[in-house]
Amino acid sequence: MFDKSYDTHSRFKEHIRPNPWDLIALIIIIAILVTFSWAALQMAQPYNIGQQIPISLLPTKLPGYALRTVLRMILALALSLLFTFTIGTLAAKSKRAENIIIPSIDVLQAIPVLSFLSITVVGFISLFPGSLLGPECASIFAIFTAQAWNMTFGFYQSLKTIPNDLIEVARMYHLSAWQKFWRIEVPHATPSLLWNMMMSMSASWFFVVASEAISVANQDIRLPGVGSYIKLAIDQQNFQAVCFAIICMLIVIILYDQLFFRPFLYWSEKFQEKKDGDEKGTKSWFIFIIQKTRLLIYSSYLFSIITTKLLNISILNKPLFPKTNFKFPIKSSWLWMLFTSSMVFGSLYILTMFIITSLPIDEVGKVCKLGLYTATRVFVLIIISSIIWVPVGVWIGKRPKLAYKLQPFIQFLASFPANLLFPLVVLGIVKYKLNVEIWTTPLMILGSQWYILFNVIAGTLEIPKELHYATDNLGLKGLSWWTKFMLPGIFPFYITGAITAAGGAWNASIVAELVSWGSTTLEASGLGAYIAKFTVVGDFQRIALGTSVMCAYVLLLNKICWQPLYKIAKDRMQPL
Amino acid sequence: MSTKLLQAKNISKTFKSYDPNQSLILDNVNLDLNDGEIVAILGKSGSGKSTFLRILAGLTSPTSGEVLYRSTIVTEPVKGIGMVFQHFALMPWLTVLQNVELGLEALGVPREERRTRAINAIDTIGMDGFESAFPKELSGGMRQRVGFARALVVNPDILIMDEPFSALDVLTAENLKTDLLDLWKNNKTKTSGMLLVTHNIEEAAMLANRILIFSSNPGKVAASVNVKLPYPRNNQSKDFLELVDLIYTLITTTQKSKDPSIIKTQKYGIGYRLPDVSTDEIMGLIETLYSDFANKETVDLPELADHLAMDLDDLLPITEALEILSFAEVSFGDIKLSDIGKKFFSADLLDRKGLFAKQLVANLPLASEIRRVLDEKRNHQASEERFLSKLEHYLSEKESERVLRTVIDWGRYAEIFAYDYNTGTLSLENPD
Repeated sequence: MFDKSYDTHSRFKEHIRPNPWDLIALIIIIAILVTFSWAALQMAQPYNIGQQIPISLLPTKLPGYALRTVLRMILALALSLLFTFTIGTLAAKSKRAENIIIPSIDVLQAIPVLSFLSITVVGFISLFPGSLLGPECASIFAIFTAQAWNMTFGFYQSLKTIPNDLIEVARMYHLSAWQKFWRIEVPHATPSLLWNMMMSMSASWFFVVASEAISVANQDIRLPGVGSYIKLAIDQQNFQAVCFAIICMLIVIILYDQLFFRPFLYWSEKFQEKKDGDEKGTKSWFIFIIQKTRLLIYSSYLFSIITTKLLNISILNKPLFPKTNFKFPIKSSWLWMLFTSSMVFGSLYILTMFIITSLPIDEVGKVCKLGLYTATRVFVLIIISSIIWVPVGVWIGKRPKLAYKLQPFIQFLASFPANLLFPLVVLGIVKYKLNVEIWTTPLMILGSQWYILFNVIAGTLEIPKELHYATDNLGLKGLSWWTKFMLPGIFPFYITGAITAAGGAWNASIVAELVSWGSTTLEASGLGAYIAKFTVVGDFQRIALGTSVMCAYVLLLNKICWQPLYKIAKDRMQPL
Repeated sequence: MSTKLLQAKNISKTFKSYDPNQSLILDNVNLDLNDGEIVAILGKSGSGKSTFLRILAGLTSPTSGEVLYRSTIVTEPVKGIGMVFQHFALMPWLTVLQNVELGLEALGVPREERRTRAINAIDTIGMDGFESAFPKELSGGMRQRVGFARALVVNPDILIMDEPFSALDVLTAENLKTDLLDLWKNNKTKTSGMLLVTHNIEEAAMLANRILIFSSNPGKVAASVNVKLPYPRNNQSKDFLELVDLIYTLITTTQKSKDPSIIKTQKYGIGYRLPDVSTDEIMGLIETLYSDFANKETVDLPELADHLAMDLDDLLPITEALEILSFAEVSFGDIKLSDIGKKFFSADLLDRKGLFAKQLVANLPLASEIRRVLDEKRNHQASEERFLSKLEHYLSEKESERVLRTVIDWGRYAEIFAYDYNTGTLSLENPD
C-alpha cells in the first residue's frame, strides 16, 4: 500500500499519456482562468465621475455580475493575505511592533466598513482619473477592511503558539527566515488561517451592497456586481430580482467553497491529528478529479520544483540584518515609549480638534446616547440569540453526523447579506405598523448569530464522550444537567462565539438601523444609523465622531465585559 | 590520539542574568567529548541537563563559560552538530521524506542529490516504504526513527540527543537503541562522537563510554564513570549489574551536599526545588516498602525500581519526598523506612493526616511559613501571589508555580490550610 509516490519525477515520465480525467480537470481550470481574465479586463474600462454605469435586473446578467463580485473578493482576499503575512509576522516577531499592531487591529476591527469607504473613496478616484479602476480599488479596499483583521490576528496567534522544539529544529538545521516562514510558520497557521478566510469571505458578502453600490461622500457609483444588482432591486421594489440574487449568491458560495476551500481543508486535514476517530474528514470532489488525473502528477512535480526554487532563492535566504552584537541600550526603549505615546496623543489631539471645531459640543453627548441605544440592542440580541441557539447547538452537537452535514449550510447562512431581508422587514413594519426601533433590530444579528450556533456545536462535539456517559450513568437530568454539565462544558466555546457575534452586530448596525425598500426608508435611532446617514452626505466631522464613539464603545465593552469572561473561560473551564 | 570534538569550559547559567548569586541552574560544568566517544549525561529532571545540552548545541547561551566545537567558539547552532529531540519535533505537515530533506534544503543541496541522500538515510534507519507518510500515520518509535534520519542525513560530526528514547515504550526504545549502536559500531554514519542526555540509568550504562552524573540544585557534574564494557552489552551480565549498582550509589550519595553544616541549618530552605510528587505516590511507596519488602530493613534502589517497573526519574523524586518528610532515609543506593514512616503505615486515615501535617510543618520551611502567615493574619487569609513572589527570588516563574502547587497539594491533604483555586487564596477555613 505504500507506493513510492515520492518519486514523482520518474512516475511522470512513465505515465505521460493523458487520461479522460485530465480533460475534465483541464476544462475546469481553463474555464476558471478565462472567466477571471475577462472580468479583470472589465475593471479598467474608462469612467468619469458622475457617469452612471447601467445595471440591469435581467437574470441573464447575473452570472457576469457574480463573476465581477467574486473577483473583487478574491483580489481583496489576496491583499488580506499579503497584509496578514507581513503585518501578522511582524507583530509576532517584534515586541515593539506587537505593542502597536495588536491594539491597532483591535481598533480597526471596531471601525465600520462604511467609514473606511467614505474616507478613502475620493482618494482612490483621483488616483486613476478617467478610469473605472479608481472606484474598483475603493470597493476592493472596502472588502479588504471587512476581511483582513481577523485573519491577521489569527495568524499572529498561530505564530505565537508554534511549539518550541520545532523552532529549535529550524535553528539546528539552519533554516533561513524565508525557509522557516514557508516550511514551518505558514503550514502551522494554515488550519486557523483557512477558517478565518472562510469567515472573512462571509463578512465580505455581508457588506456586498455597501462596497459595490458606493453612495458615500456625495458619490453615487454603482459598480457592476451582485451588490449593485441587489441595491437596484431594492430601489425598484423588485421582489423577483431579490430572489434571483439570493439563488445566484447561493450558487457562487457553494462553488468557491467546493473549488477553493474544500481542497485546502482536505490538504490541511491530512496532517492534523484528529481527536475522535469516528468523524469523517472533509471530502472534495475537485480533489478527487484532480487526483485521478495524470495532470496532477505533472503539476505537482512542477509545483514542487517551483516552490523549492522559490524557497531556495539565495538572495531571500541571506540574513536580513548582518549579525552584530549590538543591542539596543535601555535608554532607547524610553525613547521608543516617548515616540509612540506622543504619536498616540498627537493623533488623538488632531482628531478631537477636527471634531470639536466644527461641531457643537452637545453633539458628542447626543452621539454617546445613540451609542447606548445600539449597545442595548447588541446586548439584548446576544441574550435572545443565545436563548435560541444554545439549546439548538447542543442538540445538533450531540449528533456528530448531523453536525458534519449542517456545517456548510450554516456557513452559507453566516454569509447571507442582511440587505436581502430588508424588503420583508420593511413591508412587515409598514403593514402592521410595528415599532421601527424594535423590529429593525433583528437585522443586526442576522449575519453573526450563527457564530454562537457554530461555536456551541463545536463545543458540544469537543466534550469527551466519557463525560456524556458519566452524566447518563449518574442520571443527571433537567436543570442540573444544563448547569452542572453542559453549560460549563461549552462555556469557553460559547464565549468565543458570543464575542464574534457581538463584534459583528456592531458592524452590522450601520446597514441594519437604516433600511429602505423603494421609497420607504425606516430609521431606528442608533449609532449605526447616524454613521450611515452622514456617510451618504459626506459629513466627515460627524463620520469621525460617530466612528470614534463606536470604537470607544466596542473597545470598552471588550475590556470590561468580554475579556474577563474570556479569561475565566480559558483558565477555569477548559476540559481536562 | 583522540581529538577533542566538543569542549564545555566552566559553563554556568542563572535564570536571572542580572543577579548571578541567585538561582543557579548550572554551576561551573565542564565536559570534553573526544573522537569516537559516546557520552551520557545522567540526572533527574530539573538538574539542568537539558539546558546544558541546549548550550552545547548553541541554542541558548551560558551566563558564563564557553563552548568550543573543534576549537571554535559556539554561539549559535553550528553546522556539524545534529540534534535528536525528546518529542521528535517532526513537522506534521511534511511527509517523512520532506522532513528528512529539510536540513539538506537549508544547506542548499541540489534537489536530485537531496532526494538520493534522504532516501538513503531513510533506508539506513529502517523506514523504507514510509517516505510518503505523514508523521501522524506513524507510531512513536517510527517517528523517532525519522528524527534520527533527519539528524543523520546532514552527516553531522557530532550527534546530540535529548532524551531520545524517553517518550517511547520499553520494547521500542530497546529496539531503537540496538539499531543506533549497530549503525555506530559499523561506521554507517559519518558521526565522530555522540552525546546523550537521559534519566534512565540502564540506558546510559547500555550506550555510553563515559557517564557524567548530574546533581541538582544547581546542576553540576557530581561524578564521572568510565565504562569499559564491550558492545553489545548484556544487561543481565554481572559486570553490567555491578555498573548499574555503582551508578545508583553515586547518584544517591551525591544528591546531598557534602558540607554537613549546610545540611543542618537550611536543609530544605524556602527555595528548595520540591519534587513533583503527589501524596498518593508518597503513601504508595511507604506501603510498598512496608508490605512488599517486609523482611528487609533496607531495600536496594535498583531492586525497588525493578519491582515497581519504574525509571530512575520516576522513582527518585518519590524517595526524595519521603526523605524530606523523614519517612525514610536514603543512602548509598539503599532506602530504609524510618520509625515515623512505619508509624505512618500503621495509622488510620485521620492519624495519617495528622502525622503528615506534623512532618510537613517540621521539615519544610515553605509549609511552616505559609501556616505562620495564615495564623498571624486577622482574617486568616493570604494570596498565593505573596508566596509566589517570595519563591521567585530563588526560582524561575514556572518553577516557583510548580513548587508552590506541590506544597499546596501536600498542605491541603494534611489539612494545615485550605485553598481556593478561583481566587488563588490560601486560608485556614474549610472550604464549603
